Amino acid sequence: MPPSLRRTAALLLRQFYLLRGSPARFVPLFAWVAIDIVLWGFITRYLNSVSGARFDFVPTMLGAVLLWDFMARVMQGITTAFLEDVWSRNFLNLFASPLSVSEYLGGLVLSSIATSSIGLVVMVALATLVFGLSFFVYGAMLAAFLLVLFLFGISLGIFGSALVLRFGPAAEWFIWPIPAFISPLACVFYPLSVLPHWMQWIARIIPPSYVFEGMRQILAQQTGAPAPGHALAATHLIAGAALALVYLLLMARAFTAVYRHAVRTGLIARYSAETVG
Amino acid sequence: MPNRTAPILSVSRLCKQYGAVHAVDDLSFEVCPGEILGLLGPNGAGKTTTINMILGVLEPTSGTITIDGCNLARRRRQALGRTNFAAVYAPLPGNLTVAQNLRVFGMLYAVPHLNERIEAILQEFDLLRFRNTKCGVLSSGEQTRVALAKAMLNEPRLLLLDEPTASLDPAIARDIRATIRDVTQRTGVGVLWTSHNMIEVAEVCHRVLFLSKGKILLEGDPRTLPQEHNHPTLEDLFVAVAREPLTIRAAEERN
Repeated sequence: MPPSLRRTAALLLRQFYLLRGSPARFVPLFAWVAIDIVLWGFITRYLNSVSGARFDFVPTMLGAVLLWDFMARVMQGITTAFLEDVWSRNFLNLFASPLSVSEYLGGLVLSSIATSSIGLVVMVALATLVFGLSFFVYGAMLAAFLLVLFLFGISLGIFGSALVLRFGPAAEWFIWPIPAFISPLACVFYPLSVLPHWMQWIARIIPPSYVFEGMRQILAQQTGAPAPGHALAATHLIAGAALALVYLLLMARAFTAVYRHAVRTGLIARYSAETVG
Repeated sequence: MPNRTAPILSVSRLCKQYGAVHAVDDLSFEVCPGEILGLLGPNGAGKTTTINMILGVLEPTSGTITIDGCNLARRRRQALGRTNFAAVYAPLPGNLTVAQNLRVFGMLYAVPHLNERIEAILQEFDLLRFRNTKCGVLSSGEQTRVALAKAMLNEPRLLLLDEPTASLDPAIARDIRATIRDVTQRTGVGVLWTSHNMIEVAEVCHRVLFLSKGKILLEGDPRTLPQEHNHPTLEDLFVAVAREPLTIRAAEERN
C-alpha cells in the first residue's frame, strides 16, 4: 500500500478501533436514524389513511427523510471523527507526523463513508421491510441523488470541522444545528415554489434542493401527474452535482486555510478551549 | 560519543515573532548523530516554541530547519518521517489501547514490517503486559513509556523530548533516562531534550544550550559549564540565567 494511502487508512483504522471498543459511539450510528424512520413511517401511514388512495406519502416523505438523514449522517461522520481528535487533544501527535492536510481530510471522508453506510443500511432496511418503501420508484437516479447528498454532506462536515479548528472546541455547538438550519431551504418536504421568492434564490445555491426537486419530479411522473419527469430530474441532478463539487472544493480550501492559520499562530500545537479565541 | 561530521538537525537563524514579541530570536544550533543536546531555560525562554517549529506544527517567521539533509519547509513529509517526539502535554489518545495506538501511528509514519516492529518496541519498553490496556488508564510512568515507544517506533534519526520525565517518580525517571541513553548509543539517533531537572540534564546530555528570551545565552558541556561561569552546580547556573540573564550575557561578551 502506498504510504499516502496508508496514512489515510490509519485514520479509518483509528475510527474502527473507537467504534469497536465503545457501544456509546456505535449505537448512535443507527439509533437516531432508526427512530426518525419509524416516526416518519407512522406519520406517512396516517397521512395515507386520511388522504385515501389519491397520493402515496411513503416515497415522497419517508424517502425524503431517508435521503436527508443520510446527508446529515455523512456530515456527522466527518465531524465526529474530527472531534475525536479534539477531545483526545491529538492534533500535535497527528500533524507532527508526515500526515498532510489532504490525507487527514481523506481519512475523515473514509471514516464518514464507513459510519454513514451503517446508518443507511439500517434506514433502508426499516423503510422497506416495515413501511413498504420501494426504491424502484426512484429508478437509477437514486444513486446519483445519494452521490450529490454525500458530496454536500462531506462539504458540510469539513466546514463544521474548520469552524471548530478556527474557533475552538466550544464551537462544536455550531456544528450540530447545521442540517436543521439548512433544511427549510433544502425543500426536503415541499417544492421550491412554496418558498417566498427571495428564499428561492437562496435555495437554488443549496445542492440538496435540486435533489429533492428532482425526486419529486420523478415521483410525480410515476403517479401520472403532469410533470416534466426524468428529463428535468436529470437537469436538477447535474446542477446539484456541479454545485456540490464546488462546495466540496471551497470547504477543503477553507479547512486548509484554517489549518495554515493554526500553524502560523501555533494553535495546532496548543489546541484547547482555553487557547482558541 | 556523538559523531560531529554530519548533523542530524541543523537550525539556522530561526525566528518566531508574535507581533512585537520575539519568542525565538535568531537561533542557530546543530544536533549530531548520537548526541543528546539539552535545551534549557526558564519558562517562556522559547524551548517549546523551538521544538514546535522543528516538528512542523509552528511556522517560523524566518530561518531554516534541516533534518537529516531535508529542508523542513520544502520536504516536510521526508523530514518528519525521520523525526519523532514525546512530550508530557501530548499524550496518546487515551481511548485506544497501547497496541492500537502503536499500529495507528506506525501507519502514519509508514513503518515497514509493522507487526514485528510493534512487538519489538513493546518488549524494549517493557509494555507487553499493557498491549491491550487503554492508554487513558495507565499510570504517568506507563504513559511516558508508551509515548517513548511511539517516539521510537519509526526508528527516527531525530528525537525531540520535551520534559520526558516530568511527573515521574525518581526510579521510573532513572529507567527512562537509561533507556534513552541506551537507544541513543545503539541507533545513533540525535536527541534534543528539554528538562527543568538539572541533575538529569548533567547526567544525560552531552551538550546544553541555555535559552533566555528566545536567544542562546550559554552553550557547553553541562559538567563543566557551571564552573566556567563561577557557579557550583548546573541548577545554580540555571537560576542565574533565569534571574540575571543580562549579567551573564555581559560576562559572555567580555570573554
